[in-house]
Amino acid sequence: MHLTDPNALIDRMAAAMRPLLRPDCALVGIHTGGVWVMDALAERLEVELPRGVLDISFYRDDFSRIGLHPEVKPSRIPFEVEDRHVLLIDDVLYTGRTVRAAMNLLFDYGRPASIRLAVLVDRGGRELPVCADFVGQALDLGPDEHISLQRDAAGMLSFIMKGAGA
Amino acid sequence: MNGNLQLNADGSLRHLLTLDGLPARILTQILDTAESFISVAEREVKKVPLLRGKAIFNLFFEPSTRTRTTFEIAAKRLSADVVNLNIATSAQSKGETLLDTVANLSAMQADMFVVRHASSGAAHLIARHVEPHIHVVNAGDGRCAHPTQGLLDMFTIRQHKGAFHNLRVAIVGDLLHSRVARSQIHALTTLGCPEVRIVAPRTLLPRDVDHLGVHVHYRMDTGIKDCDVVIMLRLQNERMQGALLPSPQEYFKYWGLTPDKLRHARPDAIVMHPGPMNRGVEIDSDVADGKHSVILNQVTYGIAVRMAVMSLLAGG
Repeated sequence: MHLTDPNALIDRMAAAMRPLLRPDCALVGIHTGGVWVMDALAERLEVELPRGVLDISFYRDDFSRIGLHPEVKPSRIPFEVEDRHVLLIDDVLYTGRTVRAAMNLLFDYGRPASIRLAVLVDRGGRELPVCADFVGQALDLGPDEHISLQRDAAGMLSFIMKGAGA
Repeated sequence: MNGNLQLNADGSLRHLLTLDGLPARILTQILDTAESFISVAEREVKKVPLLRGKAIFNLFFEPSTRTRTTFEIAAKRLSADVVNLNIATSAQSKGETLLDTVANLSAMQADMFVVRHASSGAAHLIARHVEPHIHVVNAGDGRCAHPTQGLLDMFTIRQHKGAFHNLRVAIVGDLLHSRVARSQIHALTTLGCPEVRIVAPRTLLPRDVDHLGVHVHYRMDTGIKDCDVVIMLRLQNERMQGALLPSPQEYFKYWGLTPDKLRHARPDAIVMHPGPMNRGVEIDSDVADGKHSVILNQVTYGIAVRMAVMSLLAGG
């Protein structure tokens, strides 16, 4: 399986998004990898848009089974969500449960005009009817394969693969 | 007190009964989680769905409006169903035992008990007898412990001072009757505060003061000198037996925190008080309402801290 360099994927995503951006848009990254992708996208988008961060720990659907995530970070939405066109950003789209939780969380800040989803990697395996509007790369990974994003001290992004095909 | 009763086999929190014996890892986890709940209170919708479908029973065998209310708000912001029982005026006055009361409420599908009782050890007793899926939070028992108050005090200090390792903290006033002070001392010591002082008249010091690992001062001026944090305790008039004090006026003269006395502390010192305050007894209004005071912040933080405790318990 060929993995493209995440920085090249982000270049392409930024190019696809640029024509659709408007002044009442905002970027919202899902903690942690989604925030890295959001920051990298923002650098390339050439317009200054408000940015927010979501930690979905309080909205997970597996809380009663596995409890609270050990490192919850505060969510931070420093703008009015009401009537805003939100670009929701994550690193890897898998079951769709994180996106479901993030949308519920976002609505507790207000009613956005629209939400579009941008993901660096769509790895398949959806359990909910969730579909991304902007996809860096689509992969078909099995349930025992895992891909995640990491960021080094210099801010460079790279993928880590674990499991069967790695 | 049995510290292990509080922890599951994997080291996670099962009940919160006392801060005594709780490792720094758990204290820090609670404070970190509370920080995330602070941001929830700033939103349009101040609720999260974490404890949806859970039933939390506030069992108050002793009246306390503020503590009960903040627990209730915290539970509701976690989307739990809350039932308030003022048992001082209920079944127990008809002769039912504590454990019978709890067994009956367990049969009503309770998931968590928040217990306030005038007798030390009441929450421990309940925790020892509940079914495995039920969690117990001590909301103050006798002179023993008031762990969520201790935690919210730690949260307040961390929010305003950043860290504990370079702080000088003075706890001032009626330590003899205070369950808050013990929780504070345990938490400060565990979190690495290098100098905890207690400042009190000899008649209001507990007998085991030498075992608490604190510096004891018998004068206000030297006691709060160069302190970063001054925690005033409430003079517990209703718990006083005999002549421990001359008069509230005289107490205020020597032990009341006035702007003049506060000048001995550091210029950026914060002043805390667990409430309810006796103005003109342990604290002067000019201090209580002044720029050093973080007393109302404590109340706000108390909700976030209780949300953190309840969500960590229910998820454990």
